[in-house]
Amino acid sequence: MKILWTEALVIGGGLAGLRTALGVARRGHAVTVLSLVPPKRSHSAAAQGGMQASLGNTARGAGDNEDVHFEDTVRGSDWGADQQVVRMFVHTAPKAVRELAAWGVPWNRVRAGTHEVVINGARTTIEEPAAAQGLIAARDFGGTKKWRTAFVSDGTGHSMLYTVGDRAMAEGIEVVERVEALALIHDGHRCHGAIVRDLVTGELVAHVAVATCIASGGYGRLYQVTTNAVNSQGIGAAVALDTGVVALGNMEAVQFHPTAIVPAGILVTEGCRGDGGLLRDVDGYRFMPDYEPEKKELASRDVVSRRMEEHMRRGKSVKTRHGHHLWLDITLLGPEHIRKRLREVYEICQSFLGIDPRKEWIPVRPAQHYSMGGIRTDSSGHSPHLRGLFACGEAACWDLHGFNRLGGNSVAETVVAGMIVGESIADWCEGEGADASVPVGLVREHWEVVQAELAGLLGRTRGESATQLMGQMQRVMADHVCVFRSGPVLQLALDELQDLVRRSANLALRRSSPGANPELVDAYRVRRMLRLAVCVVAGALARTESRGAHFREDFPRRDDSAWLKRTLAFWRSPDDTLPTLEYEVLDVARMELPPGWRGYGNKDHIEHPDTARRAAEVAAIRDGAVAGDRHEIQERLMPYRQLLPPSLRGRNERLEERFRGPS
Amino acid sequence: MSVEALPGRRLRLHVLRHNPQDPASVPHRETFELTESDGMTLFVALNEVRAAFDPSLQFDFVCRAGICGSCGMLIDGRPGLACRTLTKDLGPDITLAPLPVFELIGDLSVNTGKWMRGLAERLETWVHAAEAVDRDRIESAMDPDLAEQIYELDRCIECGCCVAGCGTARMRPDFVGAVGVNKVARFRLDPRDQRTDADHYLRVGTDDGVFGCMTLVGCEDVCPKGLPLAAQLAFIRRKMAMAGLRAASSTA
Repeated sequence: MKILWTEALVIGGGLAGLRTALGVARRGHAVTVLSLVPPKRSHSAAAQGGMQASLGNTARGAGDNEDVHFEDTVRGSDWGADQQVVRMFVHTAPKAVRELAAWGVPWNRVRAGTHEVVINGARTTIEEPAAAQGLIAARDFGGTKKWRTAFVSDGTGHSMLYTVGDRAMAEGIEVVERVEALALIHDGHRCHGAIVRDLVTGELVAHVAVATCIASGGYGRLYQVTTNAVNSQGIGAAVALDTGVVALGNMEAVQFHPTAIVPAGILVTEGCRGDGGLLRDVDGYRFMPDYEPEKKELASRDVVSRRMEEHMRRGKSVKTRHGHHLWLDITLLGPEHIRKRLREVYEICQSFLGIDPRKEWIPVRPAQHYSMGGIRTDSSGHSPHLRGLFACGEAACWDLHGFNRLGGNSVAETVVAGMIVGESIADWCEGEGADASVPVGLVREHWEVVQAELAGLLGRTRGESATQLMGQMQRVMADHVCVFRSGPVLQLALDELQDLVRRSANLALRRSSPGANPELVDAYRVRRMLRLAVCVVAGALARTESRGAHFREDFPRRDDSAWLKRTLAFWRSPDDTLPTLEYEVLDVARMELPPGWRGYGNKDHIEHPDTARRAAEVAAIRDGAVAGDRHEIQERLMPYRQLLPPSLRGRNERLEERFRGPS
Repeated sequence: MSVEALPGRRLRLHVLRHNPQDPASVPHRETFELTESDGMTLFVALNEVRAAFDPSLQFDFVCRAGICGSCGMLIDGRPGLACRTLTKDLGPDITLAPLPVFELIGDLSVNTGKWMRGLAERLETWVHAAEAVDRDRIESAMDPDLAEQIYELDRCIECGCCVAGCGTARMRPDFVGAVGVNKVARFRLDPRDQRTDADHYLRVGTDDGVFGCMTLVGCEDVCPKGLPLAAQLAFIRRKMAMAGLRAASSTA
């Protein structure tokens, strides 16, 4: 058994992991980043449309600030988010965009003067202010009151990841490529690192660390059709679950993006609709205004996806041998706009559909896109259940997104959470974590468990096929745990998945090849993925309400009186086939924005008994603060600044809120 | 050659195979036969081979959407991204081989990541700025056209196709390739980067840098992102020649 030692072990080399590592390293600690693939190949690169931050530079962003971004995000989450975390996020997002600008991201910039744009299907003229010339521009996205999404054409994630990846090299961060964590080293109270397999040589190594941070992305590949990369399999979340003590939060909260191309499931950005693109049905009719008069195509993703599926159920889809779909029409944006701002979309349409989106409509339908659920952490990114374990980005349930994430908020979360969690890891390494004593026997114990699992798989030649189990799981999830859910169907899915979990104990390999062995990889991953899938379905079955992306046809209303709480799933024993579910209450009395109507979607939620009282308190504070500025009012409603690292507490300058004194 | 899409066509994938981790492995060609499906890409085809015939077949896909640069390979002898290559655009016999130049991991999987990391460290492909940024303040303005020009070059996905399609790279193991020269051009354009041509000259003003290019422009022919590589090579060569002359005259 080989043991490697470091201070902070970061599992995942995407944007969240790299930014976290930079923060820890800048505080003077040794960091090792583990990545399944070369970091620049991570799924972060697939973020197309942009990153939300309330810079307020543009005409349509005028008046934007943290308060507006906060409200949009909480409404988007259908009140499932942790509102203090939302505050930390919206406060830090402008700093993150500006830091990335200084590091080299070629953000699209404001051109002063008049421009023609497409809004609500019609060409109109807007005038960008002279003072904003050359500052970071923004485009419109779903569920937002302002144009707030900073972007680099439609390759935003690519440019961000390359910039941060190169920055990590500049600062000498150690990155180990093509390795995979298969278990955490822990004693039930404290995490001491991970057991890690080399995906080239097959070697199993123990990485011992003072702090371990999981930033390995989401679990989209539980589904047959997903926009996610092939390695977004949720293994990071699964190894946390496998400790038996770490909770996964809100695993049933799965986002379906409205515009994945049919049949490949590849994403075309929400920026298509943000920039003026329309959804049309089999008759070429623009149907969204009928369902959502307020926000139309730009309601939140959960709402648009639901409306699309609803419209297709009414027989308005285009029927092909690849299944049903609707149309996304960006022809009205003009060839110049598509060439400059939607060029990846153009390439995707050319390569995978053989169509020209400047002239032809794009076949789309909703597909799995984002995992709101993940490793439950506190606001500093620390697991409340296992000390020394941290998580951030899509792998975490921090909980910024609640039951629906807004477009542009996840790629923003990666870097913002990285900035915050990097500091809290450094604090841990300098404080409570510094007295870590790691028994080598404990390390060996965990190494031997994984070693035995792999040997067991390699030694069995007759049994279940990983490819088949994976395919069955993905079909069950796609057929039964999708945009529309209901109790009997979820129960069916749960029964089938539990059966697959049992069968996965008896996996066998057809061949034994030394080194990488992709068949072995599939086998140990499908076991872990099945446990995640069961958590998703068990949480969805138990939650007898509809909130955000979780929609129950048998319980179509949001029920704040019973369900204003976060699901926590634990896998107490390796022999279990079901998680133990617990719940964490979201306290209405502490909310800055008490629950209400989102401004789009259904209006008939069941109110929490405390909502009216809290709403009255909030109104009184706002009314009473006649002379107070918005920061003071916010502070009285829900203090949060104390939760941020000191280096991130400063206010954000804007054209409408200039700092005094020279910069 | 383009062949008309006929669903149900039989395809023969001739794959160059070798597993360096297995002492018994010798490089050989193996043929897999499968039925073409509608809209089939090499991503779909190779996964089908792995599922139906040989689970040990190694290849790299991540995004399967043409943006992550993982799946570069020789497709009928030409470097390209497998994920967005439609089988209908190929004949019924398709030969697949790993990209040359890069270290072989196994079968169609090569270590472009390691090569690109080496390049980035050598050329220091990051903004060299003197001062730390004040993240609370309004950002520095940048010309909107310039930002778009930088993105034009920033679109490189480091897939390695240009290196695999480069004559010089086959002769000079340390040649930076079009990917490297394009990076120099990208950071040279960026006003946030304080480096001068004299700095860049120290890194690429050699035969392993921009002067090694033989102007065969295979790189641009095979670049899946359509980057203007030939123009950047010519431009940077001229700039480096001038920087070299300046350096020579100042020391003379």
